[in-house]
Amino acid sequence: MDLSFLTLGVVGASLALYLFIAVRARALGTRDFYVAGGKVPALLNGMATAADWMSAASFISLAGVIAFGGFDASVYLVGWTGGYVLLAVLLAPYLRKCGTLTVPSFLGERYGSPAARALAVLCVLLVSGVYAAGQMHGVGIVFSRFLGVDLTTGVLLGMLVVMITAGVGGMKAVTYTQVAQYSVVVVAYTVPAAFLAFSLTGVPVPQLAFGAEVTAPGPGHGLYLLDALDTVLQDLGFAAYTRPGRSTLDLVAVVLALMVGTASLPHILVRFFTVPSVRDARRSVGWTLIFIALLYTTVPAVGAMARYTLTTTIQQGTIGDPQANLSYAARPDWFRHWERTGLLVVEDRNGDGRIQYYNDRDPIMQRRAEHLGWRGNELTRIDPDILVLATPEIAGLPDWVGALVAAGAVAAALSTASGLLMVMASALSHDLLKGVWFPALSDRAEIRAGRLATLGAVIGAGLLGLHPPGAVAEVVALAFGLSAATLFPALVFGVFAPSMNRQGIVAGMTVGLVFTVGYLLIFKGVVMAPLRENSAAHWLLGISPEGIGSVGMLLNTTVALVVARLTPSPPEALRRKVRDLRTPRAIGTPSTRWRGVP
Amino acid sequence: MNDPSGTAAAHWRATLRLVTVCLGVWAGVALGCSVIFAEQLDAIELGGFRLGFWFAQQGSMVLFVLVVFFHAWGMNEIDRAFDVDED
Repeated sequence: MDLSFLTLGVVGASLALYLFIAVRARALGTRDFYVAGGKVPALLNGMATAADWMSAASFISLAGVIAFGGFDASVYLVGWTGGYVLLAVLLAPYLRKCGTLTVPSFLGERYGSPAARALAVLCVLLVSGVYAAGQMHGVGIVFSRFLGVDLTTGVLLGMLVVMITAGVGGMKAVTYTQVAQYSVVVVAYTVPAAFLAFSLTGVPVPQLAFGAEVTAPGPGHGLYLLDALDTVLQDLGFAAYTRPGRSTLDLVAVVLALMVGTASLPHILVRFFTVPSVRDARRSVGWTLIFIALLYTTVPAVGAMARYTLTTTIQQGTIGDPQANLSYAARPDWFRHWERTGLLVVEDRNGDGRIQYYNDRDPIMQRRAEHLGWRGNELTRIDPDILVLATPEIAGLPDWVGALVAAGAVAAALSTASGLLMVMASALSHDLLKGVWFPALSDRAEIRAGRLATLGAVIGAGLLGLHPPGAVAEVVALAFGLSAATLFPALVFGVFAPSMNRQGIVAGMTVGLVFTVGYLLIFKGVVMAPLRENSAAHWLLGISPEGIGSVGMLLNTTVALVVARLTPSPPEALRRKVRDLRTPRAIGTPSTRWRGVP
Repeated sequence: MNDPSGTAAAHWRATLRLVTVCLGVWAGVALGCSVIFAEQLDAIELGGFRLGFWFAQQGSMVLFVLVVFFHAWGMNEIDRAFDVDED
């Protein structure tokens, strides 16, 4: 993409705003540094968590993934939002009550075991590390695409910004910059979506346009958008948009792994340590989900609208009518623009000067196409990512909207990266350094160590981001399976099963970790060549690597329960600690509700 | 156990009941309506949506928000009833 001064100006201004907020809200003590002093209001924490959650992948790629995946891609929407119900009901309020500063220290304290704490540090570093590598790579891609710099410069620039917010400002600065970043993200996403919805259906609300009739001229005119999409796609030999294609067991396993993984992601959990009370923790998950759903209900609408627009831009009328296919010479500007980036490639195979887009692997369509003189699908490459990025151009919006989308993508990537780095840094400085090696560390020394750890985490994630082990989306999917199979059972047992002991939890986490990492290595390779072909025929019970975290979680749970039965039950002091988590105020202690009453 | 009046046990029983209800709705929506029974629900049409597809790409998220706020409200009521709330 061309370097546009407008884009540069808008992105630059947003970066300046984040840095300004970060410096103003910098941390002064360890509680500030790790949990923003525990004083973040529920609603603001909801915004910050939503920004923390929505990564560059959510912003740029998700709509494209849904546009080309149809019904099957719903697993991401359901999985990534349903996890917050588990978080609200099973974890957030109880972890807030415990009052520790990090996830590993909660486990260490609950099970009275430095070994559990150290193992949790390993899991946190693995989960957040692979996730952060994906984000840093995303930051690099976003900067390079919008600002015209190369990927390395992009990653370095991203590292610098994240380093300043997280390293100098700690959790407090990260929180308030995330609030600003959320606002940028949501405006940047919904404004172009609303315009696209309006031009296609006459309804300016994407969520409603999704179920409205198409009013724009074209083959689907007068039909409901989804029916039009199904018809247009099936006519061209593609699978119906609204029908499932994968096996139900696999879909269930994937949804479950994504939900459980989401509920136990350390950088999300720790955000609920920053609110003032248990009650705020419960409410704050609700706010988070509202802010996420605002975007996540728009995403599938954008996916469907973009797929419909793309398809009907090329196939404008009845199949077989030569006039119905897009003439290459008369292609719209956004088409030319994205062709120049190489993310959209057209090849006129039959030399008729027109473009044919159809599924040339469908036997019925193949025969029909041959009959019509078509020589294969001519839209040979379409990167799903461009669907969101091209929305403003497709809807014919002014340049500043494009600049806003760029700023939104940068905000989405930076907010997630800074949240992840905070979690890794605190696992290193608070749990490993102070918790395991130097319990006598002073507050000031700990913060200094925390800042150093952030620097280390930034450099590590940046290096991994420059050379990601596999595609970004695959690497990130790994993180969910890992946290589902390791942290989730340990955390839930920690609250709901006073009789669960440290032996059970350590054994369960180890088995979950080894099983899940092993399965992923076998099919995905990541650091080596995959040992077996990644296809349904080879999978265990037909469950894809994306869904294997569910099996890992069940294994972890079973092993933990069996080992806990065979080993001595935890001491009464620990059981009492678990029971204390369950009531926001201890039983029998006086209420302060009548404070001020004579 | 240091709970002579049984308040802690009763409070926890009430909590678990609420948790069960919330997780029941959650599982029904997330796994039932959106995945397992999506094709059957698709027979019902709601404006421009087939119901199963709507659950999978819109409705599930709306219901999740409602479940989380219902849980927050219910837990606050329980805490107040057993006099263990924060204020």
